[in-house]
Amino acid sequence: MTTAADLQPARKARNRKVGLMALSAALAMLGLGYASVPLYRMFCEATGFGGTTKRVDEAQAATVQDSGRTISIRFDANVERGMPWQFKPLQRTDTVSIGARDMALFWARNTSDKTVTGTASFNVEPEQAAPYFNKIQCFCFTEQVLKPGEEVRMPVLYYIDPAILDDPDNKDVQQITLSYTFHVTSTGDAKTLDRTQAGG
Amino acid sequence: MATTADHFQAHSEDHGHHDHDHKPAFFARWFMSTNHKDIGTMYLIFAIIAGIVGGAISGMMRVELAHPGIQYLDTFARWFGAVNPDFNTTLHTWNVLITAHGLIMVFFMVMPAMIGGFGNWFVPLMIGAPDMAFPRMNNISFWLTVAGFFSLMCSAFVPGGTGNGAGTGWTVYAPLSTSGSPGPAVDFGIFSLHLAGAGSIMGAINFITTILNMRAPGMTLHKMPLFVWSMLVTAFLLLLSLPVLAAAITMLLTDRNFGTTFFDASGGGDPILYQHLFWFFGHPEVYIMILPGFGIISQIVSTFSKKPVFGYLGMAYAMVAIGVVGFIVWAHHMYATGLSVNTKMYFTAATMVIAVPTGIKIFSWIATMWGGSVTFKSPMVWALGFIFLFTVGGVTGVVLANGGVDDVMHDTYYVVAHFHYVLSLGAVTALFAGFYYWFPKMSGRMHSEFLAHVHFVIFFIGVNMIFFPMHFLGLQGMPRRYPDYAEAYEHWNHVATIGYMVMATSLVVWFINIIYAYTAGKKAEDNYWGEGATTLEWTLTSPPPYHQFETLPVIGDTVHH
Repeated sequence: MTTAADLQPARKARNRKVGLMALSAALAMLGLGYASVPLYRMFCEATGFGGTTKRVDEAQAATVQDSGRTISIRFDANVERGMPWQFKPLQRTDTVSIGARDMALFWARNTSDKTVTGTASFNVEPEQAAPYFNKIQCFCFTEQVLKPGEEVRMPVLYYIDPAILDDPDNKDVQQITLSYTFHVTSTGDAKTLDRTQAGG
Repeated sequence: MATTADHFQAHSEDHGHHDHDHKPAFFARWFMSTNHKDIGTMYLIFAIIAGIVGGAISGMMRVELAHPGIQYLDTFARWFGAVNPDFNTTLHTWNVLITAHGLIMVFFMVMPAMIGGFGNWFVPLMIGAPDMAFPRMNNISFWLTVAGFFSLMCSAFVPGGTGNGAGTGWTVYAPLSTSGSPGPAVDFGIFSLHLAGAGSIMGAINFITTILNMRAPGMTLHKMPLFVWSMLVTAFLLLLSLPVLAAAITMLLTDRNFGTTFFDASGGGDPILYQHLFWFFGHPEVYIMILPGFGIISQIVSTFSKKPVFGYLGMAYAMVAIGVVGFIVWAHHMYATGLSVNTKMYFTAATMVIAVPTGIKIFSWIATMWGGSVTFKSPMVWALGFIFLFTVGGVTGVVLANGGVDDVMHDTYYVVAHFHYVLSLGAVTALFAGFYYWFPKMSGRMHSEFLAHVHFVIFFIGVNMIFFPMHFLGLQGMPRRYPDYAEAYEHWNHVATIGYMVMATSLVVWFINIIYAYTAGKKAEDNYWGEGATTLEWTLTSPPPYHQFETLPVIGDTVHH
């Protein structure tokens, strides 16, 4: 006949072991919850998920061939609520050759009497076109500082990857919209912090 | 273990056998409790109280929705401390009501009752253990849950942006819950989830350790009653999903208060990431709420068919399958966030896969009854109600699983109807089934079978009147989460409000039944359901001794599940 008391000491040690294993599983999931933030960003950048565009350097861009086919690009510009900037594209749409590099210009003006630093977040619609939207240079890669009343013209150097022509999901895409939204990073003359670039 | 074990040894050595059922004094027994049965009782009482609060809130919502226009919200806004509320504050009160109703019912009613209540009471009894593995942690789990509930109650009376209270919905989506809701109300709400979540994680660790380590000799995993299996799977789901919610809401908290931008696009974050994290928790959470119900129903169907459950191993592993697949379907809650067609295809297919193990369970319950000697005692009637209602909810779930269909149905009353059929009608019906099945075992007094049947009939009519018309409303396009609607929707909304009153009446019958049991109820025998009830709790007295299984039961090969 076994009594509960007989099993006590051995069981206590085993309970502690299993309990600690369960606890570490919970802590691992907590860590995974936080790890999901950089993982999600990497996932978006790798797959273009959620309309994330690709960033390429000059060397990569030089390898791309002009396909001779064209596509329409539409440009959209916004500022977050309350930001004292005017911000607009200098061309509403542009018809570009797929595979050829193109430049779009945006214009911004600080309408306030304070220096305002801003960062632009970006997005591509339709989403499935995002992985083929390659930016070589963009004002959204860095912060923009505008003094009171200052105006600035900002370029985006980009090309559409010809691989888009082989993607069945993009078969019906005739126009791609590139949208920017400026956010205030800081106001006043204070030195700005170096912020990481917007992800998805 | 220490406390209980010390009791054990001290008493068996010093006083001999007759004294082993000695209980501590009132304060020590209930406020410093380490006894799984006492803690289970406290969880059940707490769940009933929280259920009354959450149910009263749904009454407030139903009365407002009985007719188009805003009738009572203004009054409710004053209850939460608004002075001369303007129209926006009045509407904010609606958001506070839906938020509180959801959070209370999920975290403070269904989970405490299923897991804390019945789980604590019957897992140790069914596996032949003297108590839970960590009795003191069990106590902490309970009081953290209570503290979480109070934190949520506090949130209703402090500013939450447009008015008093947290009006974010139970999902607490950013940016509404971050930049959209200044004021401490949402912080109180988040804190409440932290407390309840910590309590549940500790509970999960406790259940896993208890079930893996404390089974009586001969009680192999494949001989465990299905209710214990359901609690084991539930505990693993809690352990793996709740920390993700904890991470997500902690990020919300730092976004709100400490300038981080996890979910804020201006700093490089993405509010959609919050939805992914939330539903990575949220989808397993719906199985957390229903799996213990599956376990309860399996015990009841087997008992009242006087047969072991058909396909025992299939039933156990169906629950494991539901738990595993439940982790990889979360984005079917997010079809409207702009997922690509391929992503939608995956989540549609994965979601539909869950219908297979769920179908196995429904099939096996019916196969258990088939050819059985079925008696329609009250728990069995509730269990049959569960099987029917859960199947209805499951069928609408398969409809909503389709990414294409969901584009139309998303955020309509069809969704509300679906998840109330599986939760309000499914989980709650399972809770009442378990209540009538085990109440005499827990209290030692028989309830009135007549009143239990009356309770069932009125409840069944009431809840179907509330929620069945919501399918029509949803198909006609009535959106969720609005206090007002077009006049065309008035008829079925009015019917639903009448249904609420019918359902509320059934709860009066339930309370009368409890009072009857304690005042005039017969003393319950050890095994009052007779030969079909074969699990270990029926070998003990009703109520069981304060410390049971001092001599561990040995489980032979003949024991039925």
